[in-house]
Amino acid sequence: MAGYILKRGVSALLVVLVTLLLSFAMFFLAPKDPIGAICGPRCTPERAAEISQSLHLDDPVTLQFAQYVKGIVAGHTITSGGATVDCPAPCLGYSFRLGQPVTKLLMQAMPITVSIVVGAAVVYLTIGILSGILAARRRGTSFDKSIVAGTLGLSSVPYFIVALLVVLYTAGTFLPPSQYSPFLDGPLSWASGLTAAWLTLGVVNAAAYARYSRASMIEALGEDYIRTARAKGISERRVVYRHGLRSALTPVATIFGLDLAGQLTGALFTERIFGLPGLGVVTLEAFKTDDLPVMMGGILLGSVLLVTLNLMVDILYTFLDPRVRLG
Amino acid sequence: MREPYLVVSDLKVSFPTADGVVTAVQGLSYSVPLGRTLAIVGESGSGKSVSSLALMGLHDPKRTAISGSIQIGGDEIVGMSQRKLRRHRGASTAMIFQDPLSSLHPFFTIGDQIGEAYRAHSGARKRAARKRAAEMLARVGIPNPAARLDDYPHQFSGGMRQRVMIAMALVNDPKLLIADEPTTALDVTVQAQILDLIADLQQEFGSAVVFITHDLGVVAEIADDVLVMYAGRAVEYGSTEQILARPLHPYAWGLLESIPALSGEPAPLHPIPGLPPSLLDMPPGCSFSPRCEFRDRVPDDLCRRELPLLAARTAEDARLSRCHLPDPDVRFHLEILPRLP
Repeated sequence: MAGYILKRGVSALLVVLVTLLLSFAMFFLAPKDPIGAICGPRCTPERAAEISQSLHLDDPVTLQFAQYVKGIVAGHTITSGGATVDCPAPCLGYSFRLGQPVTKLLMQAMPITVSIVVGAAVVYLTIGILSGILAARRRGTSFDKSIVAGTLGLSSVPYFIVALLVVLYTAGTFLPPSQYSPFLDGPLSWASGLTAAWLTLGVVNAAAYARYSRASMIEALGEDYIRTARAKGISERRVVYRHGLRSALTPVATIFGLDLAGQLTGALFTERIFGLPGLGVVTLEAFKTDDLPVMMGGILLGSVLLVTLNLMVDILYTFLDPRVRLG
Repeated sequence: MREPYLVVSDLKVSFPTADGVVTAVQGLSYSVPLGRTLAIVGESGSGKSVSSLALMGLHDPKRTAISGSIQIGGDEIVGMSQRKLRRHRGASTAMIFQDPLSSLHPFFTIGDQIGEAYRAHSGARKRAARKRAAEMLARVGIPNPAARLDDYPHQFSGGMRQRVMIAMALVNDPKLLIADEPTTALDVTVQAQILDLIADLQQEFGSAVVFITHDLGVVAEIADDVLVMYAGRAVEYGSTEQILARPLHPYAWGLLESIPALSGEPAPLHPIPGLPPSLLDMPPGCSFSPRCEFRDRVPDDLCRRELPLLAARTAEDARLSRCHLPDPDVRFHLEILPRLP
């Protein structure tokens, strides 16, 4: 078990390292001009040279990479235009455009994204799994058919259209206006500002979860061991909610782990449409303004989140399914 | 003979489907007293499993139409409410299934699964159920039972898993045990052990056993009586000795002829030609007639026109068979016996 986790941990670390290398390579290979981005259109050669020097762009590539990695591990100081900025570990570089260390920018955006994604997850897991299970138990009835049709309909509309419609018609009327205030400043205003985003992202994703859980439950209830459970004479409720649900939720939990990772790094539409400046918006802004350090930081953070959640899913799976425990 | 514990009369099980009503079992009647074993023999789709699931009330009532009567220990099972059925299942009547790997829940320990069956009917607490589960594991010959309670099904071998299933089925001392091909998924050497175990336990508990199989070797080993099913109907019903030594139905002859000989000259096998009829499109007359080599011996094309009754055919024995042939015992002696290895 410990060996399995160690093995998975090492391979996760390798993936992060490869991403780090690739995102660093982007700095050189991408059709971007980091100096121009900082210096602006009317750049004097002197200013360009100064920026190039302060960014260590004249150093050998390997040395630059070493500096970058050292910054992540131990932090370093950055000089720009005579001023010195201290960038403590994990230092992902400095956004000259925004005049802030990248780490600080990302850490400001992170709680917003996490708040959106976790709150929405509560909504879609509850609605999705409940309706999926009820549909599976009433398979073929009009309830089941309306769930199937409803989820299909909801999934067929592009998400951003749904989100835009919600903002247009509900925000500020029967849903509180969308805004972010930190949880610690008051849970109530935190929750009310996020309600519109939670419900939108939650209900749309609930459609997918209703379908997963319905299919998974139908499959589980057709298994031989469900017949065995019935043959024991235990109550039907126990058959469904203990024996059936236990099997049905295992694949759903796996999908959830991966979805969560995807949403943390890509809740872009939600953040943008509801005006919540999370990780997606920050990274997107960086791409629009050629802010390479922020782009690299966003990509790296995304990959760490993705890999970590994947690892957690794998470890969780060994607890959910005893058959993989020895593998 | 003792009064039968299980009495099935004129059982009919059908499933309405989009293509029409599938009648899987029709006009099935048999009885099993305590302490005796009835083997139900037939190929896939003959209705043997469907009829035994009906004994447990395990068919989905919304998708199944069941008529006739199933009496277990004097209680009528057909039409019984789900609530009352639940008190029967796993208590007076228990079932062992074919594939122990898929029939045990992969995510629960076997101590949990056996204990759950015990608690469902005894109201025992967890600790008592655990103790009972360990006793049952010991009873079915699983070494080191207390330590194995916390193991999962995949940690057992096939034979051991089937022992676990048997322990689970017997945990509430059922009077009727239904075994649905319990040895089919097992190695031959393990099969014999499981058959011995079931026979031993039956001796000990004195329960009635319905044993479903397609293996005539298993029948000879374990059964007192045999019921041969074909296309949802009983075609022959009598004592094991009579039926294995001198069957009277051409389908039973076909089964005997399909057994490969283990000794003597290698001889070609004689499988029964053709396939069983579709339950949606049953031939008129005798269901076996399209595959029966003797159908032309019966005058007036009777086999194709009229369903024979399940009745005694010869004066000397009480066994029943469903065939129009006027002289089945003579045909068996003259034509079938010489062909058998």
